[in-house]
Amino acid sequence: MKIDTLNQGVNRRDFLAASGKTALGAAMVVGAGTLVVPSQGWGMELKSLKPETMATMIQMARDIYPHDRVADKYYAKAMRAHDDTGAGDADTLAMLEDGVAELNARAGKVGMEKGYGSGGYLDLGWEADRVAILRDIEDSGFFQAMRGSLVVGLYNQKAIWPLFGYEGASAHLGGYVERGFDDIDWV
Amino acid sequence: MAAPYDLNDDSVVVIIGSGAGGGTLGNELAQKGIDTVILEAGGRHEAEEFINDEWASFGQLAWLDKRTTSGDWRVAKDFSGLPAWIVKAVGGSTTHWAGASLRFQEHEWKAKTNYGDVEGASLLDWPIDGEEMAPYYAKAEDKMGVTNTNGIPPLPGNNNYKVFEAGAKKLGYERVHTGNMAINSQDRDGRTSCQQSGFCFQGCKFSAKWSTLYTEIPKGEATGKLEVRANAHVLQIQHDDSGKVTGVLYADKDGNQHVQKARVVAVAGNSIESPRLLLNSETSMFKDGLANSSGMVGKNYMRHMTASVYAVFDKPVNFYRGTTMAGIVQDESRHDPSRGFVGGYEMETLALGLPFMAAFLNPGGWGREFTSALDMYDHMAGMWIVGEDMPQESNAITLSDAKDQYGLPAPNVHFSDHANDVAMRNHAWRQGTAIYDAVGATATYPTPPYPSTHNLGTNRMSADAKDGVVNKWGQTHDIANLFVSDGSQFTTGAAENPTLTIVSLAIRQADYIAEQMSQKNI
Ligand SMILES: Cc1cc2nc3c(=O)[nH]c(=O)nc-3n(C[C@H](O)[C@H](O)[C@H](O)COP(=O)(O)OP(=O)(O)OC[C@H]3O[C@@H](n4cnc5c(N)ncnc54)[C@H](O)[C@@H]3O)c2cc1C
Ligand code: SF4
Repeated sequence: MKIDTLNQGVNRRDFLAASGKTALGAAMVVGAGTLVVPSQGWGMELKSLKPETMATMIQMARDIYPHDRVADKYYAKAMRAHDDTGAGDADTLAMLEDGVAELNARAGKVGMEKGYGSGGYLDLGWEADRVAILRDIEDSGFFQAMRGSLVVGLYNQKAIWPLFGYEGASAHLGGYVERGFDDIDWV
Repeated sequence: MAAPYDLNDDSVVVIIGSGAGGGTLGNELAQKGIDTVILEAGGRHEAEEFINDEWASFGQLAWLDKRTTSGDWRVAKDFSGLPAWIVKAVGGSTTHWAGASLRFQEHEWKAKTNYGDVEGASLLDWPIDGEEMAPYYAKAEDKMGVTNTNGIPPLPGNNNYKVFEAGAKKLGYERVHTGNMAINSQDRDGRTSCQQSGFCFQGCKFSAKWSTLYTEIPKGEATGKLEVRANAHVLQIQHDDSGKVTGVLYADKDGNQHVQKARVVAVAGNSIESPRLLLNSETSMFKDGLANSSGMVGKNYMRHMTASVYAVFDKPVNFYRGTTMAGIVQDESRHDPSRGFVGGYEMETLALGLPFMAAFLNPGGWGREFTSALDMYDHMAGMWIVGEDMPQESNAITLSDAKDQYGLPAPNVHFSDHANDVAMRNHAWRQGTAIYDAVGATATYPTPPYPSTHNLGTNRMSADAKDGVVNKWGQTHDIANLFVSDGSQFTTGAAENPTLTIVSLAIRQADYIAEQMSQKNI
């Protein structure tokens, strides 16, 4: 899985400036087969999923496992696998595209009811509104596929472990025997 | 003859599986000069190849062949294809195990007598008792280097233990210590002491923790009387017209099939594969599977009453540093029906790395409630709870409609809690939570059972041939030269982690097999 760094060569005129109200939605710029977050210096090229679909999936990933100290690119990296799978598997691709379309439709209804306007999932600015939609669909195959892959794909990224204070393997350093296995003094 | 052995050599004892039961039995027989072949479905990964990364290690060592689940246990919903965490590798689950090594308590050998009739439970007394097992326990503790036995000092307590101990003592618990662990607290038996690396569940790269992989197996091989054939997956046990077993059919790593002849066959594939193999070996002579005249093959599946409690504190704990499970409270392991259940449970320290914590803290959980727990990962302490569960005939390994990679029926693992299990778990959750509350936990999480690590009872030992599959030696009631040598022999589960008992039974069984062979009874 590789997250491409921002491709400077991409013609900015190709981009649709997202009118999103989530932080991520506002920062993302989608182009033909690409998704770029200029302010965060990363982007990705997509093989199968529509960039708008991937953008929504990344937001959904954050709403499923919200860690405010974990940057978007790690969620994006976890979602990347779906694009790879979708490239070789039409059923999966359809399941994801349909799932996101459903999410956007539900979000549009909520937006109208609440007076935010009829945008999609990325236009719902409050996490609580988005989470309420996810609760309604949490038994769906789409949600389960998203959550199931994310629980491994997100937390298995060594780059985020330090944010949680997890140091991981220690054998190459001689274990924790001299490195704090019994160092707390507050009990 | 000396190892390696010819496929047509029908003088050998063939053991299926190289874990706690099979690996121990193999070495014990070899030490007695008996020609022995262990057929192990998994590959051989030496300690230096172990990967200290939870998912990568799981991918390297876990048994991932097709399995299905049913019953009302949550594992069937959360991990429907992974009912159990068992290893497929030379060394079996002793590569992944944590090392907690406890003897049964006297009353647990006679559960039916001591607990009385428990509705819905198929309790039975073991045909053996603590006195008979004592010398074998002593041998096993010495072999495995269990701390707090044989003059072996205890392990030092890590951070997770310090929190656990302080809370337990505040609550008034008295039997609180760093455990009886098959982990070297000092150099012993050619292996180094524990370096507190924190990856006991991923295979000990220092070989400080006992595993048949680097103890029993090389010791047996050194005699020239033990051959361990890795990547040899047994598909069927074969027999002759007289009903004696004659050998086994297995697939090698390329899928090519061979028959290894045998004088004696011992099944030690853990409590899901062992009964499945007997069931899959059915013939016109044994229509319900081998050794199944009682109908008990696969029945009475036990997995221990388990649960966990994780707690968050306002100060860091860094509980992942050091041994995974060296800490125990034993006060609740007694049989005391006034608590609302029969049997008892142990509380043992437990730490998971971040990836496994995410997967197991609250399977299926998501949202801020879930992530606020994980955000406090380095401020967490944790314990595992393990208690005696009630055997139930309806909890069973059966042949599924699904097929494995060889086209054989996969095992279905059916389990539902007994009311006694539920009552015990609720009590244990309360007490575990109280331990952490006593030292100022800011949040506690009662965590449901993981895929089974203690799989027991599916070829149970019984005095009477109609009640179980094997006799007091692990010899099948029906076929004299067919043995069961793993945890599937367990008549009841007791509160204790099972491996010390599996190893002790294997040592004892080796004596019996040797005697029976020399008397030409088998
Ligand atoms: C993470 C974890 C932690 C644990 N911690 C503890 C602990 O602290 N204390 C404790 O007492 N217990 C613990 N256990 C349980 C312990 O590992 C098991 O009880 C013990 O290893 C079971 O021994 P066994 O011989 O029945 O099976 P195993 O050790 O599982 O060995 C079975 C072997 O048979 C092989 N096999 C199966 N089918 C076939 C076939 N058809 N052909 C060829 N080979 C086959 C398998 O590949 C495997 O290698 C733990 C288990 C796990 C997973
Ligand atoms: S903590 Fe000790 S026993 Fe466990 S893996 Fe590390 S060195 Fe081995």
